[in-house]
Amino acid sequence: MERNIALIALFAALIAALGLIPKITLGFGVPVTAQSLGVMMCGTVLGARRGALAVLLFLLLVALGLPLLAGGRGGLGVFTSPSVGFIIGFPIAAFVTGWVVERWRSAPLTLVAGLASMFGGIVVLYAFGILGLALVLGKTPIEAALLVTAFIPGDILKAAIAGMLTAALAKARPDSVLSRA
Amino acid sequence: MMISLTSPIETRAHRWPAGVKLLALCGATMGLFAIQIPVVHLLVFGCVLGLYVLPGYVFFCAGLRQLKVLWPFLAIIVIWHVFTNTPMVGTVIALRLLSAVGLANLVTMTTRLADMIAVVTWLTAPLRRIGIATRPLEIGIALVVRFTPALADKGSALSQSWRARSPRRANWRVILPFTILALDDAEHVADAIKARGGL
Repeated sequence: MERNIALIALFAALIAALGLIPKITLGFGVPVTAQSLGVMMCGTVLGARRGALAVLLFLLLVALGLPLLAGGRGGLGVFTSPSVGFIIGFPIAAFVTGWVVERWRSAPLTLVAGLASMFGGIVVLYAFGILGLALVLGKTPIEAALLVTAFIPGDILKAAIAGMLTAALAKARPDSVLSRA
Repeated sequence: MMISLTSPIETRAHRWPAGVKLLALCGATMGLFAIQIPVVHLLVFGCVLGLYVLPGYVFFCAGLRQLKVLWPFLAIIVIWHVFTNTPMVGTVIALRLLSAVGLANLVTMTTRLADMIAVVTWLTAPLRRIGIATRPLEIGIALVVRFTPALADKGSALSQSWRARSPRRANWRVILPFTILALDDAEHVADAIKARGGL
């Protein structure tokens, strides 16, 4: 119990700390932050349930008014902004990512965690994100999808990094990678 | 960094109960999405601006800074609706966005973290009554508040030592040792909580 709480809280803090890393700008001018990498890692390292709880705890603190989102954003305004879909999708993305890593044990962890991050952190997350954009901006989901396609290459890169990091963590701290414990 | 987004400028709304403010915000946001009349949205937005102006110039500027992140979305809305020749629809969407985010930020700016946490404690009271412990949640909140700046410090120490060794930028390569530090911290914290009698 204590260990679960500590890992969940530390990963929530990790998502916040990753948001402080200055954003890098891809060749075609799209900013990429490390924060969604943290969400993917919650799933790949902590597993479905604990990963989702870590992200929920992080979002609770954002809602309570701490500036923990990338770029120092936070507070209740985030939940009425156009990015609300992505915010709501975060815990679900972590859950799905973790679920895939927990179930699919026949392939190398790098590959599994990378593909799970792509499925959870891109397919599932963008489904929620696009719906949120469509709702707040009054557009159709397809129109909203066009607005976010530019961010997908950066997220594919992050999913690949999440895969490599998870495998490396499983070597360095095998007991702490709960998704495979 | 861990200073919350609450405004240090004491307004009258700081003293209002946080639960009431949150409930009013829910109602207002739902109302904003139900209304489709441009004039009403203009009036609402005027009122929201008025609320920002009331506590004074510094508060107003701080509020505007928070709203500035919306500009890419507003730009998209303007371009889109000028192109599709639907300026009225665009006006409603843009004003609704500004009012909804503006009001929500206003609640955040006028409510202290302790008051917000009190609302969470109140909301989770029914769980305690049916026997579900909410202490882990309270400890979790405290741990995140404590460890975010601690982890951020460790992260910047890692990238500084990277820069001392390499002419290249550290970027994602420090994330592995960074995550290992977080995992080790978590194990130490778990031991510390157990040593103090556990949850």
